[in-house]
Amino acid sequence: MTQAELRLCSLLLQEHFGEIVDKVGSSLLRTGPRPLRLLVGDTGLLPDQVKKALCVLIQHNLVRYEVQPRGYVEYEAQSERILRILRYPRYIYTAKTLYGDPGELLVEELLLHGHLPMSSAVARVADRLTETMEDGKTMDYTEVSSTFVRLADTHFIQRCPAVPESPQSSKAPPPPAPALAIAEKDMYIVPRLSLVGKGKRRHSCDEEEEEGERTAKRQKQEGGSSETPPDDGIYWQVNLERFHQHFRDQALVSAVASRMDQTSSEVVRTMLRMSEVTTASGASHTQPLSSNEIFRSLPAGYNIGKQVLDQYLALLADDPLEFVGKLGDSGGGTYTVSILCDVGIRSLGGSPSPFPHPSLIPASCRFGSRCARIFRLLLRKKHLEQKQVEDFAMIPAKEAKDMLYKMLSENLVSLQEIPKTPDHAPSRTFYLYTVNVMAAARMLLHRCYKSVANLMERRQHEMRENKRLLEKSQRVEAILASMQATGAEAAQLHEVEEMITGPERQQLENLKRNVNKIDTSENQVDETIFVLESFIESTMKRL
Amino acid sequence: LSMAGRGRGRGRGQMTFNVEAVGIGKGDALPPPTLQPSPLFPALERRAAPLPGGEEGEYMLALKQELRRAMRGLPYFVKPGAPRRDIERYSDKYQLSSPMDNAIDWNPDWRRLPRELKIRVRRLRKGRTAPLVPKQHVALDKEETIKKLESLEKKEEEVTSEEEEEKEEEEEGKEEEEEEYDEEEHEEETDYVLSYFDNGESFGPDSDDNGDEAVY
Repeated sequence: MTQAELRLCSLLLQEHFGEIVDKVGSSLLRTGPRPLRLLVGDTGLLPDQVKKALCVLIQHNLVRYEVQPRGYVEYEAQSERILRILRYPRYIYTAKTLYGDPGELLVEELLLHGHLPMSSAVARVADRLTETMEDGKTMDYTEVSSTFVRLADTHFIQRCPAVPESPQSSKAPPPPAPALAIAEKDMYIVPRLSLVGKGKRRHSCDEEEEEGERTAKRQKQEGGSSETPPDDGIYWQVNLERFHQHFRDQALVSAVASRMDQTSSEVVRTMLRMSEVTTASGASHTQPLSSNEIFRSLPAGYNIGKQVLDQYLALLADDPLEFVGKLGDSGGGTYTVSILCDVGIRSLGGSPSPFPHPSLIPASCRFGSRCARIFRLLLRKKHLEQKQVEDFAMIPAKEAKDMLYKMLSENLVSLQEIPKTPDHAPSRTFYLYTVNVMAAARMLLHRCYKSVANLMERRQHEMRENKRLLEKSQRVEAILASMQATGAEAAQLHEVEEMITGPERQQLENLKRNVNKIDTSENQVDETIFVLESFIESTMKRL
Repeated sequence: LSMAGRGRGRGRGQMTFNVEAVGIGKGDALPPPTLQPSPLFPALERRAAPLPGGEEGEYMLALKQELRRAMRGLPYFVKPGAPRRDIERYSDKYQLSSPMDNAIDWNPDWRRLPRELKIRVRRLRKGRTAPLVPKQHVALDKEETIKKLESLEKKEEEVTSEEEEEKEEEEEGKEEEEEEYDEEEHEEETDYVLSYFDNGESFGPDSDDNGDEAVY
């Protein structure tokens, strides 16, 4: 893995899990799989610290372990998974848009804790939701449970590999580490639990509830102290791949919407939704759907006639960008959606779309829209001579030359030699400019990793620089809060507020604005990272 | 075999390909050679496009910052154990529990982990037990009050206090109180005459004028 990825992983680990976990994780990333003993030596930390860090990393699916034939356990860090930490807000937000507040909090709790049993997740979320409700109201477990089930049914969450059932009498000593496994078919089966109860507020000491319910609830919440929970040993985690599939679908739909119209995009969205769980994660096409089925599945608000739908489908199938392909005529015509990620390139060939090819972003931002024009041209025409570039792009020679060299130096375009004669004489050789898409994509991805790492470092620097002021502001807030609780007068409150001077207030505002800007940028770059990674992954699969 | 292009100094900067094809005409002035590393902040030719705003962006921003804050408070954020002090100090009793290296603050499912990783779990009592019975001993009340003040202070300062941490404080407080109680009991059984001990409580208007400190 590259230095940029390593640096970014290290920053992410440090920010979310602290220095010790960072040291352990980074060391594993650098060395590759290691046994515990050597890892302790590598990091120079105390053995207990390393053990703790490994527990945390394994809990969060960032490190895997495997028993080696020689009998010792090796640990391996998953760099790709560590980078996903950057995307957590997007996963949580998506869950919110799809399943509301319970969905949002369930996904959040699962991400915060790595994996949880269903009983525990439901209890925590019910408590959190209750906190936000009016006094006296509580969130019932059943609503949270049903959201949990829906998340499992649509594969957004899945069961973790489980400890295998060990035979009752085994003469052999237990292995140094369990071999966790789960069958594909079991991944989304929700255990039958009767979770009864309501959320509990944190600060209320005495609750006016019936005795029976209270003891039952306490048993369920103390989980592990009195009796084992009914779903002991069954843990759930977030299925990141499913979310990625959702993001891809979203991008596809918006590309269709911008290229054609709202209704066509709705048709495509419907087709994708019907195929959600039947499409394997790496597939290039959805399962075939007949136009009758599609017609039945259209959302309630869309009452377009069957004939109109057929016309839309025909249009989509005919479009050169091949969003939709026609397979046959049974059932009124069967269609599939092509999910290939280079739809971005295709959208390029036509009008500019809100899903621009990622390479365009640096081309237009760094070099201007004219460079972007040249770049797009090269993508379309594949190979062009210097003169042809000038002609097709309608850009004066001098400017075109300048731009081409700039892009060449940045490795966005490359030169291809086509000799006319066997001796490769320069005067008798064609020199063609071309875009090597994979190389460009990889280069850009690398740059994205660097960018995020730089952004994070800058943000941390800003916080460090203003540490004293931040602490002071927190203290003042605490004092204000306690004074308000004890019913102080406005004049006294004002006096305390004055402890932070005008310029200091300004400084704090600037800090907040800058940190927000940087955080938003990090989210933004992660969107680009997603597109590039998906593109590279799907292209590699096709090769 | 003719080794073309090997002549040094004959013809300025000859390249292996025909420079004209790439567009550098004969006699064109090439840029001067760079003799120093590129500047730390190259000139920004073009400003970046503004960040897209909108509700989605703002919500994700809030989520991100909230997540960061929350994770710092979870037991998964491993802090190094407090370094051992050279001498045991009296105030150590009143310190809020500091992280320990040889204990893990949460309860993983050890069945799912390699056996070699197992270390002691620092038990956190869940669920508030009955309110602490007020002890008769005067000194003990003081300790309790100090503990309560400290935990209140901590409550105010922390934007979100993990339930576990609070309970932990209560638990530690309770343990320490019990410890304290034992010590007090032992103290009472010493040979020393307790009345000789001046704990400063009597400082005030009703104290004897011992002239040790100036009274204004």
